[in-house]
Amino acid sequence: MTVRAMDRASMGSPAVSPRRTGQVTGRVALHLFTALLALIFTAPFFFSISTSLKSVTELHIFPPIMWPSSPQPYNYVRVFEVVPYGLFYMNTVIIAVTATIGNVLCAAIAAYGFARFRWRGRELCFLILLSTLVLPEEVVIIPKFLMFHIIPEMLFGYSWINTWWPLILPSWIGGGAFNVFLLRQFLMQLPRDLDEAATIDGAGPFRILWSILLPLTQPALATVAIFSFLAHWRDFIHPLIYLNSREKFPLSLGLRWFQQLPLEASEPREHLLMAAALLMALPCIVLFFTMQRYFVRGIVMSGIKG
Amino acid sequence: MALKLRAATAQGTTRRRASSSLARREELYGWLFASPWIVGFLLFTAGPMLASFYLGFTEYSIANPPKWVGTANYEQALLGKDAQFWPSLGRTFLYAGMIVPIGLAGSLLIAVLLNQKLRAVALFRTLFFLPSLVPIVASAVLWQWLFQPDFGAINGLLALVGIKGPLWLSDSRSALPSLMVIALWGTIGGSTMIIFLAGLQGVPTELHEAASIDGAGSVQRFFRITLPLLTPTIFFNVVIGLIAALKVFEVALVATRGGPNFSTWFFIVHLYQTAFQNIEMGYASALAGVFFVIVVALTAVNVHLSRRWVYYEGEERQ
Repeated sequence: MTVRAMDRASMGSPAVSPRRTGQVTGRVALHLFTALLALIFTAPFFFSISTSLKSVTELHIFPPIMWPSSPQPYNYVRVFEVVPYGLFYMNTVIIAVTATIGNVLCAAIAAYGFARFRWRGRELCFLILLSTLVLPEEVVIIPKFLMFHIIPEMLFGYSWINTWWPLILPSWIGGGAFNVFLLRQFLMQLPRDLDEAATIDGAGPFRILWSILLPLTQPALATVAIFSFLAHWRDFIHPLIYLNSREKFPLSLGLRWFQQLPLEASEPREHLLMAAALLMALPCIVLFFTMQRYFVRGIVMSGIKG
Repeated sequence: MALKLRAATAQGTTRRRASSSLARREELYGWLFASPWIVGFLLFTAGPMLASFYLGFTEYSIANPPKWVGTANYEQALLGKDAQFWPSLGRTFLYAGMIVPIGLAGSLLIAVLLNQKLRAVALFRTLFFLPSLVPIVASAVLWQWLFQPDFGAINGLLALVGIKGPLWLSDSRSALPSLMVIALWGTIGGSTMIIFLAGLQGVPTELHEAASIDGAGSVQRFFRITLPLLTPTIFFNVVIGLIAALKVFEVALVATRGGPNFSTWFFIVHLYQTAFQNIEMGYASALAGVFFVIVVALTAVNVHLSRRWVYYEGEERQ
């Protein structure tokens, strides 16, 4: 490093001192190292995209072909023909969107209660809320399953197992502790003068929340919406235990079902499996790109504040 | 803006006239607005936890009502009558013990790199973050193919340098490390890294400048200034990361189905199998109880230990 630095210095750009040149070499090394790491992180994407574009004959060759000689984008269409991937997509969108709306509405209302009103038990409730943030869902997954099986059967005569209710309803009752926490932190930052002025103008608490505070909370609401949408999009364990008929599967279960389909020896389908997996990941990545600013800010808020 | 002006003049008078009826109304509104969360907590967290606690002392297969069996379930688990209980627990700890330190060090390294004034830093950040956006089911499927022994990319790359690669996910010796690789790929550049990055950006530059005037090199500055100021962030990430690692389930179920030969049979895989495949809800509830105690205990240990190494600004150091 130093040799090269001195080399460059002696080659003569008089304005640059040897020390500066050393720093330049250091910076180049830093960039190279970071780029190498980034390459390792991105390589799995490259190989799976490459596989997803291969023809059947190119799949089972060793060593593997880096990039298909004639890429087959039609593989991505084939996925929708071989398995009901369109249906899985639809199901996922319906579940994720309905649950997300519930999460945002519910969490906003609850956060307002925590951020703006003084009530007995508030501190205790907030402490409980914080502790549920680290409570693994797996601890209550069995009784929740039993509850969704038994209680609807008692009330309506049929179990909610193999329906979407258990996937959506908890979002509409509760809103998610993390979401409530995040929105409370945002609401606390808004000046109280806003509420007081609106009260004097005759606005009730619901109106204050809806027409004054929520419009100012938009970045936080967007964060909650993205987090919640992604969480439901990626959710695996809940659909896994609640759903058993294929036509109700979201993508997570559909992809696993595709993966486990008995293999007919004559037709390899790894290229389609790769395409299917990428198709499942794609909306998450697109969402990230379009909402990046909110996203990063939201993660930081959740980790640092409070 | 007119609103704001009026608010300023009205503020004093309303605050002083806080009567008891107003306070009572505020109390009511507070409960009312917080109630979605309170009801949700009672219905989907507190209630189920109580039910789970009860069910842990029963034998229950849904078809018949729960039968009280006392502590038999816990005895079955803890005294070795369940052949997979201790092994799955040990395996889960081994997994967490490996993945938490490696993951944290990796996330911190990337955050430090991204905190240098790099060119195209936004591109790098995106590239590192991308894997964490891939749903775990999808990344398990992707890596299954990368790890494929005969035609997969990894053994293909190894063959380039003349190494015959192992069977990866299909060998009980290499399956667990392979799963760790998948999990690390999906977490190192994700939210943990972003939180570290935010923490790094909160380190005041004056301290670094002062130290370098005093002749401290960049390595020394990192260990003497940055790292101590970062300990609250590290602590947060340790707590969250440990709990996430103990819950490992999806990647194992999709990529290896707990195999081969139980080598990736983690605790939650065992719980899932017991509850939803064998329909032993009572025994599985006892397993959930054990898991709950472990998570609470480890978090408590973390909080306790943190007093020794976490440094909060404005605090005296012994």
